[in-house]
Amino acid sequence: MRHILSILVENEAGALSRISGLFSARGYNIESLTVAPTEDATLSRMTLVTVGSDDVVEQITKQLNKLVEVVKVIDLSDGNHIERELMLVKVRAAGKDRDEMKRLADIFRGRILDVTDKSYTIELTGTGSKLDAFLQAIEPGVILETVRTGASGIGRGERILRA
Amino acid sequence: MQLTGAEIVIRCLQEEGVEYVFGYPGGAVLNIYDALFNQDQVKHVLVRHEQGAAHAADGYSRSSHKTGVCLVTSGPGVTNAVTGIATAYMDSIPMVVITGQVPTHAIGQDAFQECDTVGITRPCVKHNFLVKDVAQLAVTIKKAFYLAQSGRPGPVLVDIPKDVTQALAEYSYPKTIALRSYNPVTRGHAGQIKKAVQLLQEAKRPMVYAGGGVVLNNASPQLTRLVRLLGFPCTNTLMGLGGFPGTDPQFTGMLGMHGTYESNMAMQACDVLLAVGARFDDRVIGNPAHFFRSDRKIIHIDIDPSSISKRVKVDVPIVGYVAEVLDEMLKLIESSPHRPDAQALKDWWVQIKEWQRKDCLKYDRKSALIKPQYVIEKLYEITGGDAIITSDVGQHQMWVAQYYPFDRPRRWINSGGLGTMGFGLPAAMGAVLANPGATVACVTGEASIQMCIQELSTCKQYHLPIKIVNLNNKYMGMVRQWQQFFYGNRYSESYMDALPDFTKLSEAFGHVGMKVEQPGDVEGALREAFKLKDRLVFLDVITDQSENVFPMVPGGKGLTEMILAEEL
Repeated sequence: MRHILSILVENEAGALSRISGLFSARGYNIESLTVAPTEDATLSRMTLVTVGSDDVVEQITKQLNKLVEVVKVIDLSDGNHIERELMLVKVRAAGKDRDEMKRLADIFRGRILDVTDKSYTIELTGTGSKLDAFLQAIEPGVILETVRTGASGIGRGERILRA
Repeated sequence: MQLTGAEIVIRCLQEEGVEYVFGYPGGAVLNIYDALFNQDQVKHVLVRHEQGAAHAADGYSRSSHKTGVCLVTSGPGVTNAVTGIATAYMDSIPMVVITGQVPTHAIGQDAFQECDTVGITRPCVKHNFLVKDVAQLAVTIKKAFYLAQSGRPGPVLVDIPKDVTQALAEYSYPKTIALRSYNPVTRGHAGQIKKAVQLLQEAKRPMVYAGGGVVLNNASPQLTRLVRLLGFPCTNTLMGLGGFPGTDPQFTGMLGMHGTYESNMAMQACDVLLAVGARFDDRVIGNPAHFFRSDRKIIHIDIDPSSISKRVKVDVPIVGYVAEVLDEMLKLIESSPHRPDAQALKDWWVQIKEWQRKDCLKYDRKSALIKPQYVIEKLYEITGGDAIITSDVGQHQMWVAQYYPFDRPRRWINSGGLGTMGFGLPAAMGAVLANPGATVACVTGEASIQMCIQELSTCKQYHLPIKIVNLNNKYMGMVRQWQQFFYGNRYSESYMDALPDFTKLSEAFGHVGMKVEQPGDVEGALREAFKLKDRLVFLDVITDQSENVFPMVPGGKGLTEMILAEEL
């Protein structure tokens, strides 16, 4: 099953490699990982998407908590949460494709950030599956380049993760 | 007061009450060695290889409950120490490792003797630090000692660039330290403890399985009281030996791959299992699915939540220091009128006694060759069962575990987790220094001893009167045993050809060497060796090459699927 973990860590050199190293050393999967400092500059927050049985995810959580620099870990998928991912995609937009591409971007509420006479660079935000759907909706041949951030997540309502 | 970084390091060690530092100098730590030279409170032990430094600090800690300290230089100094650090990590030994690093401006430049120490050691330390600012040095060392000793103990490394050891800073050593991200749970949950006690009181076929956590947390008195109060059988893991008295009638011997028949059978057949400071590793429960073919309730006490339900699912997890949790359990049991069903317990003991009649540790006592088991039994006799015994890794290690019942904790020093050959001799050096006047023996084999034999020179320099008992069968015995059992007697590269004359070798190092080739000479030689109280004696005992360790649960098999001596 897919789990989305939110991890608060001390914003120190090496903290990221401790976490990624833990996953490789113990054979756990990382589907995606995003990290940036929070409003408190001494803390970073990571969103890590992993796939595993409940037992494996329980072990992952325990092992993460054991790392000295990890302040807190929660499994967002335990409750209601919001999940967003950002994608930038550069597509060929020439001739008849040009209008079609604009229309598709609109349907997916994408924004065109950069234009040349042969291409568009489109920004899309949403859940991972929405971004997948967009890529499937356009012809594979027109995709020139994609970059995705991986999921960021936050709990719904009163559910708050703080140090 | 302004001090240099190097002076700060030494002052911090003094404040921590560090008696010995095991180390080896080099370019990046020259300033620290200079600061060491100018004082005499912290004594330095110069090893002959950095692996020895780490093992010696480790052995010092295991035999004393103090934190071991070692000091090595950058690059090869660190990489040589890694085996010793990983050994301590696997067995949760509190250790502080101070390493020199190239100057901060040279980091990342592929400088001479540079390596990414923090990166290389990250997976085998509890935590590590690179100190780039001398102002952070004292507080970092304080953190290192605190982390090494608290919660589940382990080695912590502090990497210090050379320019930081030269720079000046105002010195003050923090009295206490708190880390917002590190708060181990130390007190067991009261509700869980109550549940556990209830299960123990209702048990009909109980079993207590205690590991290294009991030794590390000095919880032997509590464990012993609990087991005796309840009248339950108790087994120890390899790391737990001595945690419960080995000569107590309620002790059923070690369990697991080379555990006793009775311990393994009772583990499988029990209805309530109390696991204390143990982690159900693959050498204990080789096959969790097989283990669960029998139904039982499991209570698991451990300081590390990640050790609970990792390989074996348990019913009542209790996270906390085992000594404190056992204290709480004792209080509840002592104040309760309930005792386990006496008749059921009696029947259970009848069953266990029947298993014991298998006499699974019997061996051929009439052999014309020296049986290694006999050597260990004699060693037990001659040392009154109260020596500190270190070992290397292999058959000899298992024979000590089986034939030398330890009545006290911190007397049995071995690398159980990582299984590091070469551990025994340097660990014994640490044990001698931590326990002045104690009898310290290193039981080893001709293969293991050669992995750190250079430390015989250290032993000479510091007059460490270790008694080395070398069970010499000219084979990497455990490798040969697996090749015999599972690889059709194809003894691929396990024969130790071109062995040195160990007697002469020891003499060359300035020690006493003896060779024993006849069973009748074993006792006399051991007595003579232990009489030489102030000398290191190397006893080269030529043993039966074909002897194997029994019982044996082959890798991945169930606890009851043991190979016994007579079955082969």
